[in-house]
Amino acid sequence: MSTTVRQQVLVLYLDTSALDSRVVGWARYDGTGTTRPTTGDSDEPPYESGLAALEDGWRLFQAAQLIPPYPGAEHETSFLKHEFFFEKLVSSG
Amino acid sequence: MSTTRQLLNSVQTARFVAHGFLLLDGVVPREMNEEALGVFAAGLPSVPYGTPVPKAFPEGSFARRLVELPAVAGALESLVGPDPTVDHHFVHTRVPHEGSAQPLHADALIDLRTDAFDVQLMYYPQEVTASMGGTLIVPGSHLRRTNESDTGRYQNLRGQTRLTCPAGTVALLHHGIWHGGRRNDSDTVRHMYKIRFNPTVPQVRLWDTADLDTPAVRQELERGFPWYEQATGRLEILNRVRLWRALSGDPAFDIEYWATRITNRPAARRSQA
Repeated sequence: MSTTVRQQVLVLYLDTSALDSRVVGWARYDGTGTTRPTTGDSDEPPYESGLAALEDGWRLFQAAQLIPPYPGAEHETSFLKHEFFFEKLVSSG
Repeated sequence: MSTTRQLLNSVQTARFVAHGFLLLDGVVPREMNEEALGVFAAGLPSVPYGTPVPKAFPEGSFARRLVELPAVAGALESLVGPDPTVDHHFVHTRVPHEGSAQPLHADALIDLRTDAFDVQLMYYPQEVTASMGGTLIVPGSHLRRTNESDTGRYQNLRGQTRLTCPAGTVALLHHGIWHGGRRNDSDTVRHMYKIRFNPTVPQVRLWDTADLDTPAVRQELERGFPWYEQATGRLEILNRVRLWRALSGDPAFDIEYWATRITNRPAARRSQA
């Protein structure tokens, strides 16, 4: 039996820079190839907060830095700011 | 056919300013919807950038009849004014069980204009069911400064509109809105015809302003969306106030006193006195 380990990635966009704040957006990437998550495929987030993902066994490996706005651009809105990357390592047969 | 101009009212226009789009459900007659599939199959002639509507779409052509339907013509005139030009039109087709969705994107190049906006018309000749995918639209995303598909990493956002609609529906979208064609998981070919309109007049009070002072206008403009982050959501309202000031010609319009408070500069006024 193969012991190859694959990575599943979950990206959560949160309401504030706090990891336990509310999920406002999400994306999944499945390194096992068994699912193909894509744009606009669900209306409900997989977790209500970043902390809930940790409690379910996802491991956080990256959070967005807090970068002050450039002078003159303080009121402009652009990308979602509070991005958190999680992983699960899954044995793939 | 009615010859009365069907302009938007202020509440509808404010809703467009807040949401970044407006849906006209089932406004295209059944005969035209049936005709559309043949028109699309035959192919549409290309239109040079910046062509006035009457030249882009000759009298009697399908596209001309589409944009002259009273509900469509009235909404377009309310948003971009009379005599817009057309710089792009295209039929988007999604075949059954197509494996991938479009990434979330805004069309064209990042658009920095604050005193003008283009409107994109999307026309759906068939009923669009959930399994057919349809268009994903993110309400309230149009004022964010992002370029084309740089938003492709976001698969789902709370409050997104996974558009399902009756046949003959027309959507009018602000040029900056985040959207994407969803994966078609059905057995039916899906069509969407898109036309982009550029204004040729200042976009100030082009709609029926009789209800401009009704409280419902403010209610539309102060609307939050479930995907807005707490802090950035306030900036969205501020930027919306700025757009409404430009469209309504009312430089004092405000919500929560935010725009007024942060422009209060007594020292600057005194030094100019």
